[in-house]
Amino acid sequence: MGATDSGVRDNPTGPDQPSEDADASADLSTAPKSDLPGTTVGLGFTGWARWMWRQLTSMRTALLLLFLLAIGSIPGSILPQKSVQPGEVTRYLADNPGLGQFFDSIGFFNVFSAPWYVAIYLLLLISLVGCIIPRTRLHWKAMRSTPPKAPSRLSRLAESSSWEAGSTAPAPQDVLTDAAGELKGKRWRVHVTDFDGTTGAVSAEKGYLRETGNLIFHVALLVLLVAVALGGMFGWRGQALVIEGESFSDTITQYDSFNAGRLVDSGNLPPFSFTLDEFTATYQEDGDQRGAPRTFEADLTYQDDPDAIPSQKTVQVNDPLIVDGAKAFLVGHGYAPVIEVKDPQGRVVYDAPTVFLQTDQNFTSNGVVKLPDIDPQLGFQALFLPTAAVDEVRGPISTFPALNDPAIFLSAWEGDLGLDDGIPQSVYRMDTSEMTQLGIKAIQVGQSWDLPDGKGSVSLTGVKQYAVFDVAYDPARFYALAGAIFAILGLMLSLFVPRRRVFVRITKRAASQDDAVGSVGATVEVAGLSRTDEAGLKPAVEEISTVVQQIVPPAPKGMSGS
Amino acid sequence: MSVNESLAQLSNGLVYSSMAVYAGSLVLFASSFASSRPLAEAEAATEEVSAEEISIGEASAGDAIAAKNSDAGESRATTATLDRGAGDAGALPPGRKAGNMAMSLMWLATLLLAGGVIARGFSAGRVPWGNMYEFSISSALAVAVVFLIISLKRDIRWLGMFVVGAVLLTLGLAVTILYTDSAQLVPALKSVWLVIHVLAAIICGGAFTIGAGFTVAYLIRDRAETKAAANGTEVRGWFSSRVPAAQRLDTTAYRINAFVFPLWTFAVIAGAIWAENAWGRYWGWDPKETWAFITWVIYAGYLHARATAGWRGRKAAVIGLLGFAAFLVNYFGVNFFASGLHSYAGVN
Repeated sequence: MGATDSGVRDNPTGPDQPSEDADASADLSTAPKSDLPGTTVGLGFTGWARWMWRQLTSMRTALLLLFLLAIGSIPGSILPQKSVQPGEVTRYLADNPGLGQFFDSIGFFNVFSAPWYVAIYLLLLISLVGCIIPRTRLHWKAMRSTPPKAPSRLSRLAESSSWEAGSTAPAPQDVLTDAAGELKGKRWRVHVTDFDGTTGAVSAEKGYLRETGNLIFHVALLVLLVAVALGGMFGWRGQALVIEGESFSDTITQYDSFNAGRLVDSGNLPPFSFTLDEFTATYQEDGDQRGAPRTFEADLTYQDDPDAIPSQKTVQVNDPLIVDGAKAFLVGHGYAPVIEVKDPQGRVVYDAPTVFLQTDQNFTSNGVVKLPDIDPQLGFQALFLPTAAVDEVRGPISTFPALNDPAIFLSAWEGDLGLDDGIPQSVYRMDTSEMTQLGIKAIQVGQSWDLPDGKGSVSLTGVKQYAVFDVAYDPARFYALAGAIFAILGLMLSLFVPRRRVFVRITKRAASQDDAVGSVGATVEVAGLSRTDEAGLKPAVEEISTVVQQIVPPAPKGMSGS
Repeated sequence: MSVNESLAQLSNGLVYSSMAVYAGSLVLFASSFASSRPLAEAEAATEEVSAEEISIGEASAGDAIAAKNSDAGESRATTATLDRGAGDAGALPPGRKAGNMAMSLMWLATLLLAGGVIARGFSAGRVPWGNMYEFSISSALAVAVVFLIISLKRDIRWLGMFVVGAVLLTLGLAVTILYTDSAQLVPALKSVWLVIHVLAAIICGGAFTIGAGFTVAYLIRDRAETKAAANGTEVRGWFSSRVPAAQRLDTTAYRINAFVFPLWTFAVIAGAIWAENAWGRYWGWDPKETWAFITWVIYAGYLHARATAGWRGRKAAVIGLLGFAAFLVNYFGVNFFASGLHSYAGVN
């Protein structure tokens, strides 16, 4: 806290000033006074608890915690994170077993929910609360109290000016009243120390919004953190792959992956559903960005619940489907060649769009077809190329992501797929260790390949596309947004509103209270100070000088003693 | 929508021309800096002028008040020197003429660069920060513009060669390594938040850079001042003797960083809103997000340090530089070395 009050060194009066000048700036910053640890030693448990609390809520500790938070985040950006790239984590562990195990044991693959990371931000949170509460109290008091009396030597403040009053000047008390009135009109908070026969002064203060903004900012950060935590508890998020023409309904079994907060009833998700009617992608055709995607569009027909009237929506990358408080985002796409397999008798044993996974920018894609129910078991490893070419070095490869010249390169295998061992297998990979290869063949859409020795046939009857959707629900996101907006507003107030004090004093040289000022001579002083490194103090004080000069004009030239 | 090739060509031409003019400006800034008198002598000279000017001015009470302040006196004196110097170039302080020419060239180069950036945007019919090349030329422009805006209010020619150096370096990197032809956006970037979020980040980059320039100058000058105070001598050092007082450098650095911090906060939040609208979560610890967070935390630490006894001054300045380093990691490092959701920058 206190990011905005720049404190002692900027105190214009400097460190070696007499205490009267320190009064002028007293409490201009409401930062809590720091206690020396030594002062409470020997006070028993309460004393130590107090000391601990003071330490925890001190600015130094807050600074240290901020740094730990920054440094602690670094491994989270360098190492793969389980929450973001689980596959990468597995690979890292396989490639660097020793180091990987060590990193894993200290939570480096899950930094942002590792105990030590959580400890840092919880301590920071406590430190924040411990700072907000006393500062709010102090600020409340400061807003209700009057500005302090003018220090005795105004000329030592950051900005000051003085002049001898001219002979036409009004009575001193009137000068003070008028000056106070002018300052009030300019929205300063004003306190008048009445003219006592020799001297009188106006103290004025402005810029309480600075500290108000500072407090708003820090409270808003708390709101934001609470909203993040609530979102984590009540929100959920899943990923689903949908092939053109197929449907998705929002139940947990339809998701390929699903993460829910602790307090989510996963059996009771909102009952919406949608069908992917068509997916279209366009790509850059020429230039050095050839093949770069230009548009992705997923045409959906959706229903809020099974009884609702279906509606249409085209989902794009920055334009999700919003339904039942949840949002469905288009996050990926790929090809699903429609493969048909016939057994030696000519019966269709497999006929389905089969999801292939992209391996490069041009959608050279991998996929497998497994037929465990025929004897002997049959399997195909396949490479799908939307725009097929055969590279001399790299072999079959796609040269463009769109379906310009699609072909599929098949490798047929016969034997034991290894599915009966009970070990779960990926649907995108095939274990060929117990199989023998029957042959390889490239076919295009509409073509078929008769397997050797009359073992059946395989054909590519068409190509469909699929789209991958992230479905997310975060009930606290608006609170997070509100926290963020208030944080910025508070921050701007706390950094841009200047907190200033100005003083106007009139001092009479002779002691007769009933004399007109000009006849005996009086000095008028205007001075100001600011707690911050601001450029605006000088013009502000000059402006007030000008105003006061209209009330008490300077003595004509030649009489000037300043 | 197709790309307007002639505008794209024009943009490239303007960017290259701006680099040539910046190079000229760099040379002049350097020669101006090298030949300028150490500041102590220069200040002594201005004080004479200052006193003279006050005596010839109308000594109304108001003027006397203003003139009492040395800052105002100095700025008036500078104007006076320039006015007189206009008729007699030989009377200019050493390095002043080169410095003025360098500033003029920098204005010209920045106009050319602005033209290049704008033409690039129009060639594709969108904002000119859709890939790393465009982001870099826009950022270079932002650095130059922030410098020029500050130069309108105060004399910061001493910083010129470093700023122009940084601008040229960024542009050089952009046209050689990062260059891509003008083209349409990838779908992920088609959002109004591209305009808001990235523009805010670019302005922050410009201001953070200038702020860091002041901070480095402050650290060097402060060291020289401490040494000078200990030895009871004038401030020495090729660099230190030619830059303003440490206190002023520190104050300016603070003002710039205090201005940027809310904007950076806004840039991060705008990014979060965009992420919520594109990926379904406003924060996911993607490398770019993580480093944006680290940068934010360090600059927050800087602002707090400036308000904490024992941390003010050099320590706070070092924290500010760490924040800038984190910003650079976020800008370069994450795009080149980390894979994440932000890696659509046209860099492979």
